[in-house]
Amino acid sequence: MSSHGHVEHAPVGGRLFTPVTFFLAMLVILALAVLGVRFIHGLGAVTNLNDGYPWGIWVVADVVIGSAFACGGFAVAALVYIFNRGEYHPLIRPALLASLLGYTLAGVGVLFDLGRYWNFYHIFLPGYAHVNSVMFEVALCVSLYIMVLWIEFSPAILEKFGLKHARKKLVGTMYIFIGLGMVLPMMHQSSLGSLLIVFGHQVHPLWQTMWLPLIFLLTAMLMGYAIILFESCVAAAGYRRSVEVHLLNPMARLMLWLLAGFLAFRFADLIARGALGYAFEGSLQAIFFWLEIACFALTFYLLRSSEARRNPANLFLGGVALLMGGILLRINAYLIGYDPGAHWSYFPSVGELVVTIGIFALKILAYIIITRRFPVLPREHAPATH
Amino acid sequence: MTSRRDFLRGTLAGTGAVAAAAVAPRAEARPMPERSPDAVGLLFDGTLCIGCKACVSACKEVNDLPLDYNSPVDALWDTPLDTTARTFNVIKVYKDGDLSQKDSVENGYAFTKASCYHCVDPSCVSACPVSAMTKDKVTGIVEYDANICIGCRYCVAACPFGIPKYDYDSPTGAIGKCELCRHRTEDGQYAACAEVCPTGATLFGKVGDLLEEARRRVALEPGGTTVYPRGDITNGPDQSWEGPVANYQQHIYGEHEGGGTQVLHIGAIPHQKLGLPALPEYSYASRSEGLQHGLYSGLVLPLALFGAMTWAARRNSRHDDEEGGEK
Repeated sequence: MSSHGHVEHAPVGGRLFTPVTFFLAMLVILALAVLGVRFIHGLGAVTNLNDGYPWGIWVVADVVIGSAFACGGFAVAALVYIFNRGEYHPLIRPALLASLLGYTLAGVGVLFDLGRYWNFYHIFLPGYAHVNSVMFEVALCVSLYIMVLWIEFSPAILEKFGLKHARKKLVGTMYIFIGLGMVLPMMHQSSLGSLLIVFGHQVHPLWQTMWLPLIFLLTAMLMGYAIILFESCVAAAGYRRSVEVHLLNPMARLMLWLLAGFLAFRFADLIARGALGYAFEGSLQAIFFWLEIACFALTFYLLRSSEARRNPANLFLGGVALLMGGILLRINAYLIGYDPGAHWSYFPSVGELVVTIGIFALKILAYIIITRRFPVLPREHAPATH
Repeated sequence: MTSRRDFLRGTLAGTGAVAAAAVAPRAEARPMPERSPDAVGLLFDGTLCIGCKACVSACKEVNDLPLDYNSPVDALWDTPLDTTARTFNVIKVYKDGDLSQKDSVENGYAFTKASCYHCVDPSCVSACPVSAMTKDKVTGIVEYDANICIGCRYCVAACPFGIPKYDYDSPTGAIGKCELCRHRTEDGQYAACAEVCPTGATLFGKVGDLLEEARRRVALEPGGTTVYPRGDITNGPDQSWEGPVANYQQHIYGEHEGGGTQVLHIGAIPHQKLGLPALPEYSYASRSEGLQHGLYSGLVLPLALFGAMTWAARRNSRHDDEEGGEK
């Protein structure tokens, strides 16, 4: 296979109005209705948030997990541009699109959760910005990264409108944005773990560690590769294209090495801190810890051999298992393992779930519309008819 | 095409960079600040509290706060069970067995006060991304400005005492918490809870004076009598009275907890039984900020990473020009 260049992208084409897009649009409209109530009557009217659990799934799912889901662009760019594995080039553009949508909507999702959203710009004003705050670092890097992602993706838009000259100029400086596109996610994905350090004893010892930044960064990268497995399989099934097994098989293998390193590190940290004993208590936290670990272990099982990795079903399920592990780590650290005191409890309300589902539906809807109309997916050489 | 060795070398270099980025934070926590010599605070002595809640009522009045209740059935009275965005101070009760004796762990009862501890190195201030929560350099009061606040509630989640509270029932909800009546100091007044306390269970003053008084009390012989100041121990006027000495726990809560606080608690019941968290002597903010400073001091690490990444990207994206739709 060629190592570089000459990857042709083409719009998938087809109808935009289908039962699937209609259903997704309905989910988005439902979410907007709930948000209407939230902005008129306050967060308490639609959420189960309380002063013990001031952060619910709008923070943990929409932002912390949502942005980790959007690490595909970062993860593949690392392979192609940092480790010079050009053969993965065809995966970049679809991954960038998913990242772009994921991060943009994570950024929008923050505004739904902010109690005083009209002051949001204060975070960027020199007089107000508090540089010691981990939240400040996250907000700044995520905002910059959203801009970088749009720039990285813009060649697809320029191609669509035939702006070849502008495209050529932009591509010449792209390495700067690729560099930023590596550093910024490393900074804020690790900081999404560091956010919890100031919570101190309120976070269970199975998750509270000074190594949280590395744990969150490594799992964000892993989730980036997992989402590519997931998305490649779903896009292939949905558009009746062939699954890029020749790329996904070796990528999944590299992913497993990273996962093995992560798990070794995770347990080394638990043992070094003397916290592993908590995993053998009969607590809810212990159960969820093992669920988290089980998902990572299942990934190994599903993708165990080159033969297994040539089966699209295994690639898909392996991606899902790894995503579940990363999701559980984040839910565990932020909610299950967060104990603000005996009399507090939290479980997301229907309204919170509707908004979170609506945000994910909007991402999928936008992905479908853009891949059908813009040159994002690699051109199929033997196009399937349907 | 890259050889396998090149790839492995690259992988190792990349892993090394990531590992280095994560090793840096092991650099120790940033140093913790000292109490300002003019820091003000409260001393709460549970053995003197009679549970009259005059402080709860006065706090509402001077801070212009509405009535609060725990369930709609109680809505006729101000009956909060805990601090909320509309209640900055509550008196809580400890109960055991037949409640026959005050300040007894068994078969007894005792009172405790919940309000902001005005930490020397507060988590809420460290957490706040927009400097809406700040610590006054002179008085050490942890102050809040709703006009700056973006409502992210990181302070609510971060506080080890669960003190900053958000108003979820309002579309324009803000954080509410005790600010030691800083709006009253211009008129020469001080914290209303201490001003109205009939027994001196809540005492206002400079933290140095309060610490000295706390040390004096816990060292007293139980069963004797002593003089208890009331109101403002530093600036007076003298409103002291003589009363019996209880059997104090030999611990001043807040002297060292979480890097120290400006609101101190003493009493006859172990503090953890009253719901106060057992905190380490370091502040969580010093750990969190030490880590961030390790990673981001002078932006050296991010810039070095950016340089390395940009160099690699430039080298490895040379052929990208040919990529794309044009043929």
